[in-house]
Amino acid sequence: MREITYRQALNEALDEEMSRDEKVFLMGEDIAIYGGAYGVTAGLLNKYGEERVKDTPISEAAIVGTGLGAALLGFRPVVEIMYIDFIGLCMDQLNNQVAKIRYMFGGKCKVPLTIRTEGGAGRTLGAHHSQSLEAWLMHIPGIKVVMPATPADAKGLLKTSIREDNPIVFIEHKMLYNTKGPVPDGEYLTPIGVADIKKEGRDVTILTYSRMLLFSLQAAEILEKEGISVEVVDLRTLLPLDKQTIKKSVMKTNRVVIVEEDTKTAGAGAEIGMTVVEECFDYLDAPIKRVAGADVPMPKAPNLEKLAIPSVESIIEGVKEVLK
Amino acid sequence: MYTPSKQEAAKILRQMMEIRQFEDKIMELLAKNIAEGGSHLYAGMEAVAVGVISSLNSDDYITSTHRGHGHAIAKDGDLNALMAEILGKKTGVCKGKGGSLHLADLDKGNLGANGIVAGGLGIATGAALALKMQKSSKIVVCFFGDGALNNGITHECMNMASLWKLPVLYLCENNLYAMSVCINRACSVKDFRKRAAAYDMPADIVDGMDVLAVKEAAIKWINYVRSGNGPCLLVCNTYRYYGHSRSDPRVYRTKEEEKFYKERDPIPNFAKICIQNGWLTEQEVKDIESQVTKAIEEATDFAIKSPLPDPEELYSDLYV
Repeated sequence: MREITYRQALNEALDEEMSRDEKVFLMGEDIAIYGGAYGVTAGLLNKYGEERVKDTPISEAAIVGTGLGAALLGFRPVVEIMYIDFIGLCMDQLNNQVAKIRYMFGGKCKVPLTIRTEGGAGRTLGAHHSQSLEAWLMHIPGIKVVMPATPADAKGLLKTSIREDNPIVFIEHKMLYNTKGPVPDGEYLTPIGVADIKKEGRDVTILTYSRMLLFSLQAAEILEKEGISVEVVDLRTLLPLDKQTIKKSVMKTNRVVIVEEDTKTAGAGAEIGMTVVEECFDYLDAPIKRVAGADVPMPKAPNLEKLAIPSVESIIEGVKEVLK
Repeated sequence: MYTPSKQEAAKILRQMMEIRQFEDKIMELLAKNIAEGGSHLYAGMEAVAVGVISSLNSDDYITSTHRGHGHAIAKDGDLNALMAEILGKKTGVCKGKGGSLHLADLDKGNLGANGIVAGGLGIATGAALALKMQKSSKIVVCFFGDGALNNGITHECMNMASLWKLPVLYLCENNLYAMSVCINRACSVKDFRKRAAAYDMPADIVDGMDVLAVKEAAIKWINYVRSGNGPCLLVCNTYRYYGHSRSDPRVYRTKEEEKFYKERDPIPNFAKICIQNGWLTEQEVKDIESQVTKAIEEATDFAIKSPLPDPEELYSDLYV
């Protein structure tokens, strides 16, 4: 199978959906002439024109709010919030308008809106350009939260998101854009709300998503050599969580490590862990372990930044701890 | 002065009376605890909603505010379904899930009231973007209060709409108070038209207690927007007769001020003009009033007798 980058995979998804459905248009800061801060929308302005690839003012609330208005009238806008760190600027639109409008109006409207954004540490960009804020979003009924880790999932999930009649927050990771992976030729869709077992194993389940999948797979490979068989579940969607796949894996391995880049307190892992407790407590042979981000603003210094998020080493330690 | 046809005059009067009596009835239901929760009442401001919305085509869009009953009625909302919604009933326009703050009727072009001040600006501007992309001749009227002028998204949206020449009329209902805070204590710029200058769009101001004046200005600016000139700002100076919500003792304003505006009540004043000009007879005015009273009684009865939503409704309508 051909190998392309996560960035190219996303670009293909946008391109294919725009060509398939003229109701799809893109709007965001620096997405047109510049091609997106991370290059995801490169080339689309030339192909589809200014009407469908719109550079906006730096107005996050209006970007999401107008996306909602256009979605209500039948368009399928894909709006971009350049860094997830900026989501606070449009949180009212997202939480109070986008997420709730269908329910508040008794189901009389649809919101086929995709909000693409990007998060995570790794480029020493400091506290305003490195956060992982998925837990904030998981707390909002009415939206779905998608966080792909591989190029294939990025493409398939973005295409599905654009076709969904529900609002999706699609969170990419800045350190994944240049990663390469096999991506099928031609049309395919990846379902939202379905986790994927990226590596099967017997002894421990790692529940993870986004960039931490890559770290977890590296850790699993090292542990395999030490005779520890790790199953790595890529959650892919955080809202809704795929409880079935989680449960099946935990029933098999009886031990769970959650690997998440976001800050630990009230983070995504808290919800994931409690889901394990509610769904399959009786199958657990050890307490659930969270390997998570430090509860601090992201520091600039490269050594501190590395310490603030999980590492292959800390994941290995976590796995060994639940096996004690 | 705008001269309505006899039929038009009757409709304007009827809708203003519907809003007034609807709001008086809600106040009564709140006082009797038949209506639970709160409601922001539109009484006093009828000339704005009716003057503007009666100048739109029925397939044009509006976004409304936390004080949205008047807009919903003027946009040909069904009185029964609106009253039932405010009481949280299954037969409500949003199946009882929205309530007073979220009255919406998309089929009639009402993109919804909003519990967040300035919450509708994004929706209105986005709907206008959609209309422009569809090359439609429809427009959006975005209602908001003086309080919303000081919220960030208002600036973001007005800039964007003017930049992209979107077909949206920003309609500021200046009722002098953002809850309790008077515009003099909240707005650095007293003449709100100057706000529009910042976005290089035209602005106008009109007496919002005079429905014909509102209508004349609305027609002018609706035509401007519909002709593809981009957005504009129309400020309607008005007054709400009740407090901000039911628990409001109105300590921030004087009895004299309330009296001043009640003497300018848009409904009896318009009725008088209708009779003076021979658009309606005294009897016709009385008939309209009693028909409205009957309709409001029926709506109230309908709402009270309607069932609450089924428990299964708790989880429905969240996702498609």
